[in-house]
Amino acid sequence: MSDLHTELKKSIIEQLNLEDMEVNEIENDEPLFGDGLGLDSIDALELIVLMEKDYGIKLSDPQQGKEVFNSINTMADFIEKNRTR
Amino acid sequence: MSKQLFIQDSVIIRNGKVIVNGKIIHETDADQKLSSFLKSIYKKQNFKYPKFFKMDSLSKLGYLASEILFKNKEPESKTALVFSNAASSLDTDKAYAETMNDFPSPSVFVYTLPNIMLGEISIRFQLRSENIFLINEEFDPGYYIDYSKVLFEEGKASKIVCGWVDLHNSDYDVFLCQISPGEGYDFNEEELKKLYLPTHE
Repeated sequence: MSDLHTELKKSIIEQLNLEDMEVNEIENDEPLFGDGLGLDSIDALELIVLMEKDYGIKLSDPQQGKEVFNSINTMADFIEKNRTR
Repeated sequence: MSKQLFIQDSVIIRNGKVIVNGKIIHETDADQKLSSFLKSIYKKQNFKYPKFFKMDSLSKLGYLASEILFKNKEPESKTALVFSNAASSLDTDKAYAETMNDFPSPSVFVYTLPNIMLGEISIRFQLRSENIFLINEEFDPGYYIDYSKVLFEEGKASKIVCGWVDLHNSDYDVFLCQISPGEGYDFNEEELKKLYLPTHE
């Protein structure tokens, strides 16, 4: 697991107040929404804020967001390719 | 014809204590940080509702008091909620205003109204009922009585939870009680005042 994967999991747990969850309980390919982590629409907005705040990435296309926020793996891939900080 | 109404169970969360029907069921140091106190209630009562951790402190107070009030019996879906407080959602409003200097937080923004707490309670207990959140300078039993009587007379509620859930600068004061026809204390101003401020507390 890369540092970025771990960093993302820590940020998600902290930012989304997933207090009962540990980093090692989130699988890299687990769906973040729906049956996986069970995140909701407000969490999606927080993830958009997190991308801009921590990595300088602005997401404006909802369809793109759906793909990027599929799992930790998809988020990490997108960040690697697009980060400005 | 109006039915006679009675006060059944009541819950107080105040000064580091949780009191149910006059008995202390949880107690911590009154100076404990609010977030720690709320978490300690959640853990001690063994509640399992992860959405608790996403709520603001005002909603956590209302959620915890409701969960305790309904602990032995899930409420009927037509249980109406008649709540009030003095500070509205001011603590959360201020917290949100602070995030606006940097990145406004969507998850804080959604709690910048006190009646969001009523939504949280309704979602948790699957209530499909009337609800109202009134802002008053202080606990005023008259409002609960007038509004509750109208709800019952118009057949809009089978039971009612009346509540005072106030939070200002981390000072909290919670009182919930369940009202319905049947038995219990008379539903009048004097009894409500006595239950809200018990002399032995």
